[in-house]
Amino acid sequence: MTPNLHLWLIPILPLIGATINGVFGKRFSRQTVTGIAWTFSGAAFAMALWVVSQFSSLVLPYTEQLSPWIQAGAFHAEFGFYLDQLTLIMLLIVTGVGLLIHIYSVGYMWEEGGFYRFFSYLNLFLFFMLTLILASNYLVMFIGWEGVGLASYLLIGFWFTKDSAASAGKKAFIVNRIGDFGFLLALFLIIQHFGTLDFTQVTSAVMPYGIEAGWGFLTAIAILLMVGACGKSAQIPLYVWLPDAMEGPTPVSALIHAATMVTAGVYMVSRSHAIFERAPIALTIVAIIGTLTAFFAATIGITQTDIKKVLAYSTVSQLGYMFMACGVAAFSAGIFHLMTHAFFKGLLFLAAGSVIHSVGGEQDMRKMGGLRKKIPWTFWSMTAATFAIAGIPGLSGFFSKDEILWRAYQANWIYWLIGVITAFITSFYMFRLWFMTFFGEYRGEAESGHGHGHGHDAHGSHGHGHGGIHESPKVMLIPLVILAFLSVFGGYVGVPASLGGSNHFDQFLAPVFHSTIPSASAEQATAGESATPEQNTEGAEPKTGHSTELIFTGISVFAGFLGLFLAWLLYYRRPQLPQEIALSLGGLYRSVVNKYYVDEIYAAVFVKPLIGLSRGVFWHGVDQHVIDATLDDSAAGASEVSGVVRRMQSGNLRSYAGWIAFGAAVVIAYMIWTGTR
Amino acid sequence: MNGATLDTAILSLVTFIPLAGGLLLMLFPRRDRDIRVFALVVSLLDFIVSLHLPAHFDRARTGFQFQINCSWITHPNIHYHMGVDGISLWLVVLTTFLTPLCVLISWNSINDRVKEFFILLLVMETALIGVFVALDLFLFYFFWEATLIPMALLIGMFGHGRKVYAAVKFFMYTMIASVFMLAAILWLYAQTGTFDFVELQHAIQSGHVPHFSGAALWLFLGFFIAFAVKVPLFPFHTWLPDAHVEAPTAGSVLLAGVLLKMGTYGMLRFDLGLFPEQSRHNAGWVMVLALIGIIYGALVAMVQPNMKKLIAYSSISHLGFVVLGIFSFTQLGLDGAMFIMLAHGVSTGALFMLAGILYERRHTYEISEFGGLATPMPVYSSFFLFAVLASVGLPLLNGFVGEFLVLSGAFQAHMWYGIAACTGVIWSACYLLWMYQRVFFGKVTHDKNNALPDLDLRERTALIPAAAIALVMGVAPFLWLKSIDPAVHSSLASSLSSVAQIATRMVGR
Repeated sequence: MTPNLHLWLIPILPLIGATINGVFGKRFSRQTVTGIAWTFSGAAFAMALWVVSQFSSLVLPYTEQLSPWIQAGAFHAEFGFYLDQLTLIMLLIVTGVGLLIHIYSVGYMWEEGGFYRFFSYLNLFLFFMLTLILASNYLVMFIGWEGVGLASYLLIGFWFTKDSAASAGKKAFIVNRIGDFGFLLALFLIIQHFGTLDFTQVTSAVMPYGIEAGWGFLTAIAILLMVGACGKSAQIPLYVWLPDAMEGPTPVSALIHAATMVTAGVYMVSRSHAIFERAPIALTIVAIIGTLTAFFAATIGITQTDIKKVLAYSTVSQLGYMFMACGVAAFSAGIFHLMTHAFFKGLLFLAAGSVIHSVGGEQDMRKMGGLRKKIPWTFWSMTAATFAIAGIPGLSGFFSKDEILWRAYQANWIYWLIGVITAFITSFYMFRLWFMTFFGEYRGEAESGHGHGHGHDAHGSHGHGHGGIHESPKVMLIPLVILAFLSVFGGYVGVPASLGGSNHFDQFLAPVFHSTIPSASAEQATAGESATPEQNTEGAEPKTGHSTELIFTGISVFAGFLGLFLAWLLYYRRPQLPQEIALSLGGLYRSVVNKYYVDEIYAAVFVKPLIGLSRGVFWHGVDQHVIDATLDDSAAGASEVSGVVRRMQSGNLRSYAGWIAFGAAVVIAYMIWTGTR
Repeated sequence: MNGATLDTAILSLVTFIPLAGGLLLMLFPRRDRDIRVFALVVSLLDFIVSLHLPAHFDRARTGFQFQINCSWITHPNIHYHMGVDGISLWLVVLTTFLTPLCVLISWNSINDRVKEFFILLLVMETALIGVFVALDLFLFYFFWEATLIPMALLIGMFGHGRKVYAAVKFFMYTMIASVFMLAAILWLYAQTGTFDFVELQHAIQSGHVPHFSGAALWLFLGFFIAFAVKVPLFPFHTWLPDAHVEAPTAGSVLLAGVLLKMGTYGMLRFDLGLFPEQSRHNAGWVMVLALIGIIYGALVAMVQPNMKKLIAYSSISHLGFVVLGIFSFTQLGLDGAMFIMLAHGVSTGALFMLAGILYERRHTYEISEFGGLATPMPVYSSFFLFAVLASVGLPLLNGFVGEFLVLSGAFQAHMWYGIAACTGVIWSACYLLWMYQRVFFGKVTHDKNNALPDLDLRERTALIPAAAIALVMGVAPFLWLKSIDPAVHSSLASSLSSVAQIATRMVGR
């Protein structure tokens, strides 16, 4: 007997917190606001843990229908919640990392105005994110999908008096809406073909379709879902909002724009794996988008000097890896990387926040340096995260990235090649950040640079009598240490067989991802060329042995160390060298620094023409000069129209109609005339 | 009064309580405060009485309920026939819901000729409700035209700027278009000797109207043009922005909230109800016009420098969704169209109230006059954001449900139309969020704005019901869909069967 889990409570709890703080928070003390925010996010985490404790007695997937929502004709969607292994992992990541960041934020935001507003938004985000992952149908998922976009909009624009922050929030929302356009169309197609949006029903409805044939409508659905994922998870061509989103407070960047919300696209694609598996063309598109994004964003990351911008492009790039995994149908590898990335990238942002906090709001790495000794806790946790993302063996990022690269190689060596090059670039820009921030001499202004007005993070750290660079308070350091622990050891749940592990992670998720492939086609898939190398892991013995896999592991480890070496050379040994290299590269360097001018191109190709068209042609042209010029001139317009009436109608009707129109018009004009005198 | 008599009298009560209140107001001395209180009481009373309708509406039954049908004029044969079904039911309640809010929002902004203002407002309410409950075409036409006069006067007497121009433009446009409908109504009467909607529908379905097949297209168009101007459908829309900009706040709220829905309601009730075959034949180009309205309205809204004009153009876009849904001839499309009518009434009504609140403080709607208002007016900006989000169709708020259903229905009917219309979700975010940013974010650039007071109690009282309903409609739309869905279903089914019948007759010949 499966116990009733009351899953709906998990998202509702943070919503209660958000409401209390949002409505009454202005009158509360900071302590009270903190208490409320922690209580409700903590309660959600506690419930998630409780669900885990019930795990052995559960029959998965578990579903729960709370109440009807939309019912129209044969279509209906309920407020339904769904739990399987995939949900469980996401649930733990979101509530766990979410709680840690709630804790951290209290330290980070303590001096800020709008403290209650911040925590209200943060709780609101948790509500929507949990709705997204717990949904039992696409429509409830869409509630969360749009809702996290709203929370992101509010939090990016948290310092709304800054124009850049307000613009960044708006940009994020609108670009996400472009993705939602695709998502919605996918939903319409699903409704049209299956008459339902329920995950279980859709999955069983697509089961009869074999995985080897390309089904036109399934391909269309999958591609449209991917459009949605590109928006939310910042993939080419819709990634442009994420770097701008760094205008938000740093804890927001950590929670929403690194650990959780931006991975929603990966989660959604994984959740729809049954459709993707039957749409090989769509899978290829996913893989190509992921691979290109991973590489492209990483190259931009090399040249950024704002510490948060480096991490932002890094996030885009790492999300690319996850889509690469999805694209080769290695969904569990994608989710594995999603998890480790949540640890190390969340930590990187929080540590960066701690750095920014310590140097008084400065985000430019050229003005940092030598912070190693001054903020040791931050330094060591940042070190753990940097080593993890760079793929140094034994840390979490190493296992998950390696898993993806190996699976990508089995699908197509080009994915692997670009992936390994990207791994090298990743390691390089991360160690560049590490060396620039923590080693060498401090290059900032002498001890006075607590520039609140400086405008970047606008972190108002004045007021606590700072005596120069200082380590952050404990409330910020504890989450760092916990995440550092997870970044180091979090990968051991998924050690592959080639390294003597048994990849518990993949096995745990197997019921979710392996169950939808009909056994007949699964055999074919293993036997011959197939779009789904899904079967090539543990169960069926891979076509290439462990020794080959070890060689490839060796190559990616080498790439990681090469990046470390190069960064050490350029940013520690010979700090003047990068300048010279940049100069010698000239135009190429400039275009990378300027992010390949993508924002400028979008503005010139889409935004400006559209506004010009709307204003010049539609409004001034059509509305005012065409329509109004012919009709607005009331008398002429009226006689013209009544002329038509005259020709159309016969006999008495004509005069009747004309009489009413003109008579009434005269009367009303007279009444108004006298009324206004 | 027992239940049965109340059921027959209820529609007359709901329709005429405001008019009676208006007549009583005429006798009032010019004590402005008393007049306002009285108007509020009357409109609230009417709202409470109107709640009888959904409370006692039998959702299992199709067809009209709470009917009253008695002879009014024997020659010509005009009946006092009223009734509601799942389609008109909520439009009546929407009207009675918005009117008290209009009274509240006009409390301080109308200081001159207060008595006239509230009399016009109440007369307006009666005319609007009458349009939705009338089942005799003559009666319907009477109420239809009756809405023009108070609205034109509200704009002309209490508006701002080029108010006379706007009022005359509004009047001429809609008046002239109505003439075509009148001609169609008179033709039908000449052939059948009845104005009764139910009888006419039956006569047309069973093929008892002489010369009908030759005239059907013209009849359809006659009705359609009157409705299309009212909606307004592209390219008949240019009266709307002018009317809105110059209208007083309450006028705008009723204009966008209810009056435009007369057009879409008319299409649903009369074009689809009486001429289903013609409606289906002409659905193609109507949907194209609706699509143009959605995209064009949104793009033009984006570049408006005037806040109220922007909201007005956004209405054109939203109403385009409604027309698209109606002419998709799908259950989802029609359900969604009905739902948008209600949702738009609430959320755009709220937006106009909010714009009016700002106008009271600064006497301008120019977006460039503002900026950074979130600092001096945090509560106001929260309400505004809420209304914006409802309007862009955020799930769990009212805008989403209708939009989703309409798009889904349109997509099933004509995939490419559905795709084109779906871009609307992008445009609405563009124009509303851009406007929101320019008005509320950034630093306060005009000194005058620093001292703007936040919402007072009266203003909150007017806004909270709208916000609450927007939320409830988004979370529990089935409360409304439960009565809309069967009504839409039966009207679709009857239009289908009548198309089939006509087709059989054609083959039989």
